[in-house]
Amino acid sequence: MKMKAKTKYDSNEVRAAYVFLIPSLIGMVIFSALPLIVSGLISLTDWNGLDSLLDPGFMSQHFIGLKNFKDILTGKEFWKVLHNTLEFIVLYIPLMLCLSLLVAFLLSRPKKGVGAFRVMFYIPVLTSWVAASLIWKSVLSPEYGAINNILKMVGIQGPDWLLSEKWAMPAIVLVSVWKDMGFFGLILLSGIMAIDKSYYEAASIDGAGPLAKFFKITLPLLTPSIFYVLIVSLINSFQLFPQIMIMTDGGPNGVTQVMVERIYKYGFNYYKMGYASAFSWLLFVIIMVCTFIQMKGQNRWVNYDA
Amino acid sequence: MMKKGKLASVASLLLCASTVLAGCGSAGASSNSGNGDEVTITYCNFNASGGHEKTLEKMYEAFHKENPNIKVKIETIAYDDYFTQMQTRVAGGKAPDCYELNIENFAEYANKNQLAEIKGSDLSALNDTARDAFKVNGKQYGLPESFSNVVLIYNKDLFDQAKVEYPNENWTQDDVQKAAEAIRKLGDNIYGIYQPITYNEFFKVAAQHGGSLLNKDKTKFTINSKENLEAAQQLVDRVQKSNVQPTEAQMGGMKDWDLFMSGRLGMIPTGIWAFQTFAENCKFNWDIVVEPGAKKKATHFFSNACVINPKSKNQEAATKWITWLTTSDKSAEIRLKDGWDLPAIKNEDALKSYLEQKNPENRKAVFDSLDYLVIPPVIEDYSMMSDILDEKLKAAASGSKTVKEALDEAQEECEQKVKIK
Repeated sequence: MKMKAKTKYDSNEVRAAYVFLIPSLIGMVIFSALPLIVSGLISLTDWNGLDSLLDPGFMSQHFIGLKNFKDILTGKEFWKVLHNTLEFIVLYIPLMLCLSLLVAFLLSRPKKGVGAFRVMFYIPVLTSWVAASLIWKSVLSPEYGAINNILKMVGIQGPDWLLSEKWAMPAIVLVSVWKDMGFFGLILLSGIMAIDKSYYEAASIDGAGPLAKFFKITLPLLTPSIFYVLIVSLINSFQLFPQIMIMTDGGPNGVTQVMVERIYKYGFNYYKMGYASAFSWLLFVIIMVCTFIQMKGQNRWVNYDA
Repeated sequence: MMKKGKLASVASLLLCASTVLAGCGSAGASSNSGNGDEVTITYCNFNASGGHEKTLEKMYEAFHKENPNIKVKIETIAYDDYFTQMQTRVAGGKAPDCYELNIENFAEYANKNQLAEIKGSDLSALNDTARDAFKVNGKQYGLPESFSNVVLIYNKDLFDQAKVEYPNENWTQDDVQKAAEAIRKLGDNIYGIYQPITYNEFFKVAAQHGGSLLNKDKTKFTINSKENLEAAQQLVDRVQKSNVQPTEAQMGGMKDWDLFMSGRLGMIPTGIWAFQTFAENCKFNWDIVVEPGAKKKATHFFSNACVINPKSKNQEAATKWITWLTTSDKSAEIRLKDGWDLPAIKNEDALKSYLEQKNPENRKAVFDSLDYLVIPPVIEDYSMMSDILDEKLKAAASGSKTVKEALDEAQEECEQKVKIK
């Protein structure tokens, strides 16, 4: 992909462009940029979420510098929550990636009825998290839930899932994979479909089997899609929230407390808006750093030559 | 110091500029209409939502007849949205003149100086404990809008089958344990009692054992005291040891009320707001009794508070309205007639119509319970404290921690994170 040399626009065109840009710029400033700045300022205060921000003496009364950040980073809770989030990521991303690859691969073959399956795998994506979480909560119920009763039929005593400190996070991972597999599968599927058929034909002539074709052609040429899936899923993982709030509310014993859940509780239940803002800025920095590392690392393995 | 001040002022300038932008377009919360002395005030509440909007409207009409110069604009907001709405409005300086808060949020708001002291009202009609529940440092910041308490509800048929005498008001937790064990023997799926092992039940049972969450002058946590340990141990043993109470897994996502209504539960200490649901759904005989005690009796009390916005220009009118709403016989009469919560007033004549209703028979217990009320500690970080205790108690109930570990950890975490004042 090569860019053409920079085009010069005449000033009339530039002016016209700005006129068209203004409506969305205003929206962006009011609803994104300004709240961003304000939350940055709030993170430097001990605002309780109730005192009026407009009071003239607000900043001089409530300004506490970087104390919130210091408190968060020196406390035990942040590291515990980060650990929980990492546990989710380590379990979720590989499992999700493998399964969506498999789904994409199976759905890419021109078999009869494949369209119906594509719809089926995509249905969970369209389901609201609230509905899905409530259903899964009952499916995962230890004594009466569907999963443990099926396991019982084959002689396995299932764990307590969401009630068990060991199994709660894996259960959340399973549900999240079920929900997201269709979306990421679809992205990978479109990646697979875009691969030029002639590669496969050439490989067949050279005597390559299906496995060799998959690992030597499909996978390398799919790396841009995989890269996209990795970035998006990592960001999503750090922002893990609705399924946690509904299925476990951070329990049992805090093993599923994650960053956004903490931010929500501090901001809206405990009335520590300054602390919550600082927490969300830390989350922002973590996501930035992770994405930056991924972007830097892509040259080593992502192949844009297709 | 100089530098910090400068930074702060720049920051506040930015903040002002932005909030002005964000806040534009919202109307004033209250307005004086120029017509003589007539004032219009706004009252927000959640308690009327889902069934009692009309009752509240009737109350207002009665009030307006007595006070023709005060108009009340009533806004009823569903519980799920209520507190985020209030938070936004209070922070935006657009809080209503008067509004309703539950006990948790009352504690937060009062300790963060968001409420006006209620002055010049005659509160002698109110039940003393209910009234004092909304005092902070000796000052009245809220009026009990209505109250509910908790009684022991029991399944008479199961008691008959187990050949155990019905509970009476002199019962202790030991009597409960014996009865629960006898009922548990009736079947694999039948349980003796269900008492949620949560913050709410814990501070009450702790009080029954002579313990409490804070020391006497309310400056330090005493969560892992000997008495509290006894209390928590008793609750947890019923699940883990004698299993007269189902574990969370045995409940399988079922709600405690449903378990009782299915006829498989002997006793349940729960709120009097269950009466109507139980009366409609229980196909067996049941009745109520004052909750059992241990070393002494202690019963729960729940109430929502009506509070005044200190920034309101019409505090006087707002005070008049919430005082009428919470203390007058007329308001109590309308409330009872429509089967809403109980008014927190002393006048027993006004409450007569409540006592005369049947099912449950022993309604006297509701009022007898008032002699033993314990009120939750109204501290600054109330919600955080209750969340921490909930989490640790649940871990103890599931057996993943011992009771001692759970309370020690709760004590440590509360000491570290929770501000009392």
